[in-house]
Amino acid sequence: MSDITKQTLSELVENVKNKKLSSEEITKAFIQRSEKSKNLNTYITENYLDALDKAKKFDKNPNMNLKLPGIPIAVKDLFCTKDIRTTAGSKILDNFFPTYESTVTQNIWNEGAILLGKLNCDEFAMGSSNETSFFGNVQNPIDKNLVPGGSSGGSAAALAGQLTPVTIGTDTGGSIRQPASFTGTVGLKPTYGSCSRYGIVAFASSLDQAGPMAQNVKDCALLQEVISSYDSKDSTSIDFKRNEYSKELTNNIKGKKIGIPKEYRVEGMPKEIEELWQKGIQYAKDCGAEIINISLPNTNYALPTYYIVAPAEASSNLARYDGVKYGFRAKGKNLIDMYEKTRSEGFGAEVQRRIMIGTYVLSSGYYDAYYLKAQKVRKLIKNDFDEAYKKVDAILTPSTPSSAFKIGEKKDDPVSMYLNDIFTVPVNLAGLPGISIPAGHDSKGYPLGLQIIGKAFDEQNILNIAYSMEEKINFKNKITDWWIK
Amino acid sequence: MNKNKSEFIISRKDNQYEVVIGLEVHAQVTSDSKLFSTSSTKFGAEPNTQVSLVDAAFPGMLPVINEFCVKQAIKTGIGLKAKINKRSVFDRKNYFYADLPQGYQISQFKHPIVGEGKVILDMPDGQKEVGIERLHLEQDAGKSIHDLDPQNTFVDLNRSGVALMEIVSKPDLRSPDEVNVYIKKLRSIMRYLGTCDGNMQEGSLRADVNVSVRTKGSKDLGTRCEIKNVNSIKFMQMAIEYEANRQVDLIEDGKKIDQETRLFDTKKNETRSMRSKEDAHDYRYFPDPDLLPLEVSDEFITKLESNIPELPDEKKKRFIDKFNLSPYEATILVSDIETSKYFEDVIKNSDVKLATNWIIGELFAVLNDKNLEITQSPISAKNLSKLINLIKDGTISGKIAKTIFELMLDGDKDPQKIVKEKGLKQESDPKALEALIDKVIDNNREKAIEYKSGKEKLFGFFVGQVMKVSGGKANPQLVNEILKKKL
Repeated sequence: MSDITKQTLSELVENVKNKKLSSEEITKAFIQRSEKSKNLNTYITENYLDALDKAKKFDKNPNMNLKLPGIPIAVKDLFCTKDIRTTAGSKILDNFFPTYESTVTQNIWNEGAILLGKLNCDEFAMGSSNETSFFGNVQNPIDKNLVPGGSSGGSAAALAGQLTPVTIGTDTGGSIRQPASFTGTVGLKPTYGSCSRYGIVAFASSLDQAGPMAQNVKDCALLQEVISSYDSKDSTSIDFKRNEYSKELTNNIKGKKIGIPKEYRVEGMPKEIEELWQKGIQYAKDCGAEIINISLPNTNYALPTYYIVAPAEASSNLARYDGVKYGFRAKGKNLIDMYEKTRSEGFGAEVQRRIMIGTYVLSSGYYDAYYLKAQKVRKLIKNDFDEAYKKVDAILTPSTPSSAFKIGEKKDDPVSMYLNDIFTVPVNLAGLPGISIPAGHDSKGYPLGLQIIGKAFDEQNILNIAYSMEEKINFKNKITDWWIK
Repeated sequence: MNKNKSEFIISRKDNQYEVVIGLEVHAQVTSDSKLFSTSSTKFGAEPNTQVSLVDAAFPGMLPVINEFCVKQAIKTGIGLKAKINKRSVFDRKNYFYADLPQGYQISQFKHPIVGEGKVILDMPDGQKEVGIERLHLEQDAGKSIHDLDPQNTFVDLNRSGVALMEIVSKPDLRSPDEVNVYIKKLRSIMRYLGTCDGNMQEGSLRADVNVSVRTKGSKDLGTRCEIKNVNSIKFMQMAIEYEANRQVDLIEDGKKIDQETRLFDTKKNETRSMRSKEDAHDYRYFPDPDLLPLEVSDEFITKLESNIPELPDEKKKRFIDKFNLSPYEATILVSDIETSKYFEDVIKNSDVKLATNWIIGELFAVLNDKNLEITQSPISAKNLSKLINLIKDGTISGKIAKTIFELMLDGDKDPQKIVKEKGLKQESDPKALEALIDKVIDNNREKAIEYKSGKEKLFGFFVGQVMKVSGGKANPQLVNEILKKKL
């Protein structure tokens, strides 16, 4: 069977179950394509030999009742994988081999998936372009000059480049949805507490959520139902009834009320984005949804709030990387000297910048003015959504204020880089689910995404809306394999 | 008697100063596993053998609260007659140190699990109430070992993550002696509750001591210094005495006291500046986003309340009311839960008054002498109560009892067997005693005549003789009676 790597996850699962494809054939196909795609720089660590071994083992004794039978999957290198190097895109964890497995990855192995490798990402998931990775930037399969977005840039690029049938990313302020939007793929950030954070290298604990990235909504729903689980090892994991999202997926969204928040019409937003949004509104109407104008009045404060809360938590979460117990250690004259050298050499510039911001906003004398105020605003932002959801079932916005930008374009301008997260961060601050689906191309032919934001625990609803709109949009990603010589 | 002083006055020229003390006691929660992980808390294990991935702060590891530790903290709060906060919050206290793997300690800053309470101290001049400001739960750090190698520091993470209760008193203490009584009372309450073993040698109980001085009678508080991490009552007392005098000297010299953190050097018996207020750490406290606020229901608290054992203050009252003990006796017998258990075991089957005297007198003397805890008593409660019954029913005299007591010390021997084996049974047969007495009078005719002629002091001589002839076994009461008749 040709073009294995072009198949969707659902097709691959179907073909394995019907014995049309073996796990080994699929795994080989993805490995071969990955081998030819090294210049995209999507992988930090390859696990090809082990993956082939596991595929063969699966074929010898296949369990067709599993949801991901023998399916090879590469994941973001933020998930700790037992005995397999886990770097978080940082020099400070360059030589780190966990002795344990994250709950989310364990969930996919339990359903028969096989680890292909660990995918590049911004260092400690801090970035919107994958340019902060210690392991170098990633090229967007759409165009070699483009960033794939971030922080799950390696994941999005590997998915769009068909180096993995689906992947798992993490999203703290948009790190799944923005790269999905930049690469013409689907990415879901689940409700906070849906996917366990156990074994995921922490960036900002109150915002971090793992989520699925896929070529289409159905695959995304299937992967979400596998990775989402209640986990007593994560105190913020929530025990709620989880759907079998893929089975309950429907394109019937007649009468669903979809809100359009006027505050997302930000100053300086390209016309193309506004046009995409209007197209999206029309698609939603075509699907039978009712469009309602709403207001999320505190949207303006979301980005500054996020850039206080996230660095504050990060500054504390990253304190453990001190050269004492594991990871990189620089030689020092004494303990303090060792700390300073280890952390100066081990962390990149963006991570250091955020540690500095976070340390500052938590310092005595500044705590009330920054951190405490940010927490209050965060509550207001959440209240905005609560108010809106009294009138609507979901909210439709663009995923990003622009299409993918050029490599190097924003690298030295952190504020303009941060502005990229403007539509995605409010969702993290409110702990809500949000999905980005590809909805069109801009004049340069680069993909653009629309975001559907749901009520907490209402993943099924936004997946249904996305599924329904996906049909109407009929998006085709323009992948030319330019990087394969 | 209790010689503890409630006052500690430092006099300089015409000025009198009093000392004001507040304590932050760190009490290790009695629990098999740590506050946020399942590792063992057993003392004395090989270094780094009781360390989980959470304790060592591996990437992606998350804390999960140990419900038992929460119960222990609430029970302690109940024992301190304190307000239990149904909602409390865990915060991160951020600082870098080699034995602090996370780079922060999880503690409770703004919203502790236990609020205001009190502890009653029995001082010689009456009872004194010491206010409790709060009690909160926090993680212990690991241990840095600097003296194993000239170049390197070794880190042992066995303690890392062990649950501590920090119990903060109000600045209500006024003398080193009050500190002594306060710590012992606190320890006693926690031992009654089984929430902290109070073992200071193993570091289960340590304190930061806040000391300030002021002119006697003043209502204002002086500038305080905090003496960090003192791990014995004696050192606390020494540190306070030194520190109070140091502060008074500064004031007398017209100098300013700097608010600072100090260390107590046990070898030189002095406190030394560790860091000034300006150099104080900025701990950047903020709520730990890995943990939700801790909420407990009324039902949860009520259930714990209903299982609180009788505590020292209540037990003391009962001992006084029911057994007619003096407050002094009661205080001693309830001071330690094991002592009170021993006492109650003994009096189950024997006379209370005798038991009280024998425990506080003879038994304590032996324990003190041999430096033993009551749980290591060479004489069991069962055998002591047997001994007391032998006295009570007249089988042996008090004097013989002392001999038997000495013999019992060797292997907790049964006093009834000793009496039998050594033939120490008291002679209470009047006929036998009469014969004995007749013999003694016969042998001491002249003295008998002297006695009869008014030299009544000689009565004692005759009693002595009779006891001597009987080998100490004659019932002294009967001997008295018969002698009076015969003489």
